[in-house]
Amino acid sequence: MTNKVLDFERPILELEGKIRELKLLSAGSEEMASEISKLERKAQQLQKERFAKLSRWEQFQLAKHPDRPYTLDYIGELIDDFVELRGDRAYADDPAIVSGIGRFAGRSIVVMGHQKGRNTKENVYRNFGMARPEGYRKCQRLMRLADQFRLPLLCLIDTTGAYPGIGAEERGQSEAIATSLELMTRLRVPTISVVIGEGGSGGALAIGVTDRILMLEHAVYSVISPRGCASILWKNPEAERTAAEQLRMTAEDLSNLGICDERIPEAVGGAHRGLTVTANAMRTALSRHFDELASMSEEDRLNARYKKYRSIGHLEVAAQTGTPPTDE
Amino acid sequence: MAWWRRKKEPLERGKGDQKVSVPRGLWSKCDGCGEITYTDEFVQNLRVCPVCGHHHPMPTHERIAAMIDPETWELLDTELRSGDPLQFEDKKTYKSRIAKAERNAGSGDAFASGIGNIDGVPVSAGFFVFEFMGGSMGSVVGEKVTRVIERGVELKRPVVLFSASGGARMQEGILSLMQMAKTSAARGRLRDAGLPYISVCLHPTTGGVAASFAMLGDIILTEPRALVGFAGPRVIQQTIGQELPEGFQRAEFLLEHGMVDRVVSRLELREHIGALLRLLQNTPRRAEEARP
Repeated sequence: MTNKVLDFERPILELEGKIRELKLLSAGSEEMASEISKLERKAQQLQKERFAKLSRWEQFQLAKHPDRPYTLDYIGELIDDFVELRGDRAYADDPAIVSGIGRFAGRSIVVMGHQKGRNTKENVYRNFGMARPEGYRKCQRLMRLADQFRLPLLCLIDTTGAYPGIGAEERGQSEAIATSLELMTRLRVPTISVVIGEGGSGGALAIGVTDRILMLEHAVYSVISPRGCASILWKNPEAERTAAEQLRMTAEDLSNLGICDERIPEAVGGAHRGLTVTANAMRTALSRHFDELASMSEEDRLNARYKKYRSIGHLEVAAQTGTPPTDE
Repeated sequence: MAWWRRKKEPLERGKGDQKVSVPRGLWSKCDGCGEITYTDEFVQNLRVCPVCGHHHPMPTHERIAAMIDPETWELLDTELRSGDPLQFEDKKTYKSRIAKAERNAGSGDAFASGIGNIDGVPVSAGFFVFEFMGGSMGSVVGEKVTRVIERGVELKRPVVLFSASGGARMQEGILSLMQMAKTSAARGRLRDAGLPYISVCLHPTTGGVAASFAMLGDIILTEPRALVGFAGPRVIQQTIGQELPEGFQRAEFLLEHGMVDRVVSRLELREHIGALLRLLQNTPRRAEEARP
């Protein structure tokens, strides 16, 4: 645990600290115990209320909270007999993405997800969860494996974005992402992605073209980081808070825009304050969606997936008068 | 090159040259070598410098005229316009940006789609309009690209897409990102239909456009010096905190790293695409066509 505390977490954490102190002081006094449990309920209530009205910027902070559970934490909770499978068979293994096979609710499944590090050393190894082309090509390999053995696919999304570096460009970052996108639209098996933290642009979408897109309650998913957006449109990276509001990137926003199929409730105060509770909610949602998808025929599933993405977009139709807009 | 021509930079460049600039429009100065040519001749030469061969940006209507055989182009999907699903507002509202771009670019959005012939081969084609908000891909562009590909399947025509784009359009947020998935899905259907798709990545093709259909061509072509990549050079420079190597992400760099099939001069591009399509579809060579 890094024990990083966000501004809006502080009052509640302080209150909880006081309650713990009281508990120690009261040491078994019945009278005090009922007072304390009253206080505890109040703290819970306060937290619920505060977290129900987080701004988009605060949601974004929560989504990349350093204590937030990562892919391997959820794999630990949800997947039995997990075996990590590594490497793209062409260049390298990319530790920014973890992938493998295991059992979900007793059934074999292929799992993959971005993996951030908990400390500096881990982050250097994991490249802060920012994948290079070999990471996406490893995913393609595992996706083909899922398809070949007819195993459902679960993708956990948690990345700031695909890594922008010289080597990544030399090895075809855009080709790697593009190929993943097309491949995912063609997989014959049920596929689900869950945004567990940060859904950052193409690097997130590269493992996100699935039958269902689920999001944890406090996760975000965006075409560009608020900072990136601010520096381009506002010409000032400090405008990132405003950009975060404009980008409509929370799970709630994405539900309203018809992109997120289901929001999965997190523990009160965020997933980092209750991994098991959050993972259990995820298990329930995943089981339901996998069952639904498994009941469809391969062809229906592929058609439904095509239709799902085909219909995304907001179009308006201009009144057709006179000449077309370009002169050729 | 004549012996008296300076090998080094001209003595006065940049600011000095601007001072002596001639009336706009009549003459054009090459961004590569500084050579001054008659604009008419320059445009006639597809905005390729007759001296050094530098490829200059080209308005979309000129691009279409240069790539599609005369009298064969039918512009389609012109009714589509961008909405404002997020009610996005930065320094200006998205709506006002669209209105301005529409006036300046003379196009309904950043993409022109249609059918026509390229060097005698009937195709379903699309052209990014870079003049329109940097060719960024929002819902309308994604829809048009998808329609071009679907039309290829429907009419059994090869698809040719000319990309020039900064990537996904931020003002439509997640909906823009999802256009990458939508267009890539359509691309898969074209593959199933066994029809060729030639992707021409023009200067510049980056971000969400490069990382979706533009890099999924059966054959990928580009023009000399065109910049094609996932992240823009500035972003990479900021991330790694060091200077980028000369020619990084340029066409020749991509060719060397195996990311594109060929770097083709604009002056030969139309015939080149035609020849490739005939080869891919195993149709006879044109009578006047020289052997490659």
